[in-house]
Amino acid sequence: MSLWTRLTGWFALLFGLGYFALPLLGLTEFSLRARRGVYSLDAYAKVIADPEFQQTFLYSVSMALVTIALGVFLVLPTAFWVRLRLPAARPYVEFITLLPLVIPAIVIVFGYIRLYNTSSWLPLTGTIMGTNFLLAAGYTTLALPYMYRAIDTGLRTIDVATLTEAAQSLGAGWTTILGRIILPNVLVAVLSGAFLTFAIVIGEFTLAALLDRPAFGPYLQRIGANKPYEPFALSVITFIITWGCMGLIQLANRFTTYTKAPR
Amino acid sequence: MPAHQPGRKRWRLPMNWLGLLPFLLFSLLFLILPTMHIVIGAFQTRDGSFTLQNIRDLNTGTIPSSYWISIKISFASAVLGCLIGFGMAAAVTFGAVPKWIRAPLLTFSGVASNFAGVPLAFAFLATLGPAGLVTLWLRSEFGIVLQRDLGFNLLSFWGLTITYLFFQIPLMILIIAPALEGLKREWREAASILGASGFQYWRMVAFPILFPSLLGTLALLFANAFGAVATAIALTGSALNIVPIQLYAQIRGDVLGNPHLGYAMAFGMIVVTAAANVLYIWLRARSERWLK
Repeated sequence: MSLWTRLTGWFALLFGLGYFALPLLGLTEFSLRARRGVYSLDAYAKVIADPEFQQTFLYSVSMALVTIALGVFLVLPTAFWVRLRLPAARPYVEFITLLPLVIPAIVIVFGYIRLYNTSSWLPLTGTIMGTNFLLAAGYTTLALPYMYRAIDTGLRTIDVATLTEAAQSLGAGWTTILGRIILPNVLVAVLSGAFLTFAIVIGEFTLAALLDRPAFGPYLQRIGANKPYEPFALSVITFIITWGCMGLIQLANRFTTYTKAPR
Repeated sequence: MPAHQPGRKRWRLPMNWLGLLPFLLFSLLFLILPTMHIVIGAFQTRDGSFTLQNIRDLNTGTIPSSYWISIKISFASAVLGCLIGFGMAAAVTFGAVPKWIRAPLLTFSGVASNFAGVPLAFAFLATLGPAGLVTLWLRSEFGIVLQRDLGFNLLSFWGLTITYLFFQIPLMILIIAPALEGLKREWREAASILGASGFQYWRMVAFPILFPSLLGTLALLFANAFGAVATAIALTGSALNIVPIQLYAQIRGDVLGNPHLGYAMAFGMIVVTAAANVLYIWLRARSERWLK
């Protein structure tokens, strides 16, 4: 390793790290500026006490939980079935799960608004519950590529066919097999998909804003236009949540090495 | 056993497909039909007959310039993201810097590539905005006013490009690090035994092997930036006329005055991101020949 390579290596790394550190530093510094002359947590206190923050945040958290449940219910049986019975369908299913990366979210929600409006055959946007469901379905679609890949990777590490046959010999039905045999075995993979979904949904803006639901992302954008310091405090909070979710994924993945070891 | 009775196997086949029914139904309802509705709408007149006029009308008003600036921003942020991300990934992979930096860097990339949207816009406003950390520091220490002396404005082409880089670089690192791992030590040793210099090894061995993944990742980064809506809206409001912002305004209030022209704009977005993704998938398949 020559000195020159070492120097360029350090330069590239430090340049990149500086680029990442500065905006986060700037964000944190700005969020502490609410009181003139000294750093304070005033903006945080104000924002956390805001009832609208509490409502929108609660709404987004419950949306994330519904999305995770919907995603697991949809993806786990599908990925399981493809591995067990329909390996031939694998490329097609994978292709569909990758589509949300190709079609921009704004186009998907545009389609929802036109296809499920009040004068259509399935007027989902006509009622609040219907719109909530549509939003959850939209989030499930956005998270589909990550959820499918996480669960499919998990299924690869276990012997699906043997486990299923063993359970069937003991008289288990499909619900038992999925819920009590497969799910516990791929729980870590499911969890990492779930945390990623949570991170995506919690601050999502486009779908929630265009479907007009009181979610956290649109709230953040709205107060950004008319409050001086609060949106910056909220952004710090969002970053910490994202960071927390990713940390939990790492933690979950660390546990896999232990469960895999005896095999 | 079905394997011994081909006749029975044929009867079981449709039952197997039933297991995929919930998934297929869901993706049909919430992914494929909505998209098809937009695509078909792009080729229809208001009364439902076929037309190419909407696509032709994309060439009117501010639409071509918004596509052009969107493409420029996406391309610039993709190229810079590729270069910087490659540099950082190479630094940690080839041991120019201590090995232990690698794992935290990849973890951080996982976080940062998901830290897009509205909060990212505020992070850059707080740093390079009118009262941002760097702006104030430059003014107090060096007497440089960003806007006046350097002509820099966050609500512009370069401002948006620099902001997008925050999720582009980590995405590049996440994708290219495994590819760099795949470069075998033996190739480098073989090259140096044959008398190649470091530069020759890169130009004749490593770069041609990496080229498909580099180009493919570039396409993916391009699509990633092209579809980004939230960051742009939170950062610029409607100051910068890029495609996602214009489409957003069109969905909210039909600013183009023709719903089917909105469909055509959305269709144009799908075409651009789909082309970039097809390029990515094709090149990825090519690169996997070497990087197993």
